[in-house]
Amino acid sequence: MILSGRFWRRVEERFFLGLMIFSCGVIFLGLVLILLDIFIKGLPALSWSMISQAPKGGFYLGKEGGVLNAIIGSLVLAGGASLIAFFLSLPLVLFLNIYLKRTSGISAFIRFSLDVLWGVPSIVYGAFGFTLMLFFGLKASLLGGMIAVSLLIFPIMSRAMDEVMRMAPRELLEASYSVGTTRFETGIKIVLRQTFPGIITAVLIAFGRGIGDAASVIFTAGYSDHISISLFRPVATLPLAIFYQLGTPFPEVQDRAYACSLILTMIIILISVLTRFLTKKFQKYIVR
Amino acid sequence: MRGRFIKDRLASLGMMVIVVLAGVLVFVMVFALYWKSRPILEVKSLSELFLGKVWGPSRGEFGFLPFIVGTLWVTMVSVIISVPLCVLSAIYLSEYSPRWLREWSKPLIDLLAGIPSVVYGVWGVMMVVPLVRNYLGGFLGVETSGYCVLSGGLVLAIMISPVIIHISIEVLGAVGFELREASLALGATRWQTVKGTVVRKALAGIIAGVGLGLARAFGETMAVLMVTGNVARIPRSVFEPAYTLPALIANNYGEMLSVPLYDSALLLGAFILLLVTLIFNIISRLVLLRIEGRGY
Repeated sequence: MILSGRFWRRVEERFFLGLMIFSCGVIFLGLVLILLDIFIKGLPALSWSMISQAPKGGFYLGKEGGVLNAIIGSLVLAGGASLIAFFLSLPLVLFLNIYLKRTSGISAFIRFSLDVLWGVPSIVYGAFGFTLMLFFGLKASLLGGMIAVSLLIFPIMSRAMDEVMRMAPRELLEASYSVGTTRFETGIKIVLRQTFPGIITAVLIAFGRGIGDAASVIFTAGYSDHISISLFRPVATLPLAIFYQLGTPFPEVQDRAYACSLILTMIIILISVLTRFLTKKFQKYIVR
Repeated sequence: MRGRFIKDRLASLGMMVIVVLAGVLVFVMVFALYWKSRPILEVKSLSELFLGKVWGPSRGEFGFLPFIVGTLWVTMVSVIISVPLCVLSAIYLSEYSPRWLREWSKPLIDLLAGIPSVVYGVWGVMMVVPLVRNYLGGFLGVETSGYCVLSGGLVLAIMISPVIIHISIEVLGAVGFELREASLALGATRWQTVKGTVVRKALAGIIAGVGLGLARAFGETMAVLMVTGNVARIPRSVFEPAYTLPALIANNYGEMLSVPLYDSALLLGAFILLLVTLIFNIISRLVLLRIEGRGY
């Protein structure tokens, strides 16, 4: 009896361990499959003219051209949105961590709402951004897209910055105050420097999220086949370029969608490598 | 001397404005979408909108039921596929795996979370849809185009896994070591300790993680739009196409301004989406807050 109990316990343990390793395998296999697929399908379709030209006549029927308009558009839109989000996030986070007490109810509430905002679907930001634009009389444009995307990434950026600022040692602040600085000076000159790598990481993460999002720009930024960067004109974005190209019935054009997915995925991977590299590089300047 | 203090004051004032803006943003969004969907709420009754099965904006018919049911189907399928895989993976990574694997898995899971939803959609069209059409459909003897609930659920299952795994690992890691040691000291095996003590203690947090994943799946737009077929009819099996609420909004942005009440109807869709995801997020976050105990 004891022996059999021990036996079954061992069987159960082995069984579930096997199941767990299998689950892990499935998840990571999913990731590998996605990346592999995008590379295998995208690489042959990728060419120099793809990334150096704007669409020419008949592009969506399989003729000449490239997606430079979407690449530039995406970079500018996500860059602008990150900039807006940065100038909202930094003051917010400084206020939460330096001006308010650690146990303040206000900061708890703000952090909670940021977490909740993080979970709001991007299509809702798109719809909300669109109603804002109607309210201000804006048409689908770069500015509209930037506003919608900045709303989408602002909670992500703020929470990521907040996490690193909370880690800043209290003693550092006290040392700074004791030589007579104001809270503002401490925030800008001490805390900002101390948390610099974390802040850069937060901005990059938010940028990555912004450049890959389609649902928030589909209403707000529109689409354009020209490389024309103007705040008040529609602008092309990579995710929408992928979406529209895949939607055409022509295999040549669909191949380009794969190539665009590859470009977008490479940008995302580049960003995640960059964040890791920067974090390592700047870590040594931090006071612990 | 004076100037520095004035600067400090001014800065704090400016920051306060932004803090207030961040605090009210949720409420502004809820209010704005409600305001915009009022025209249709005034004309149509709630039961007409939510129980109506026919979607014909040009004829003035706005039945949301197919979209709501479609969204629920796709979300449920993804959660059913994803939860066992994610929870088991999280338990493995947190309790069993060697250290190097845990370290390595973190950036990979982050990468999985960072892949844009359009790329997931492309992968779905390229791989999942043919798989469902040719193999799964053939294997089970069902005729399907592959653009169906199941494909959407499969793609979403991978998409929401980073959220669930991440939160689960965090709550499992928060379970005290004394508890584990006590259980092991009583002669329990590792699995019995995990099953009876660690997971039981972390259960609320894991469920909260699932709630966050569910909200994510509910609101996911592009990937689902690309693989579920978008037919405005209530699906009867997982091999039938579905049309989700986010897909409805994203697909019709172009023509909505020319048909009366259409924009209002679509923004009502966005309003429903916002409310549902808010409710799931708020409950999950509250549960996680209680577990963390650190408050904010």
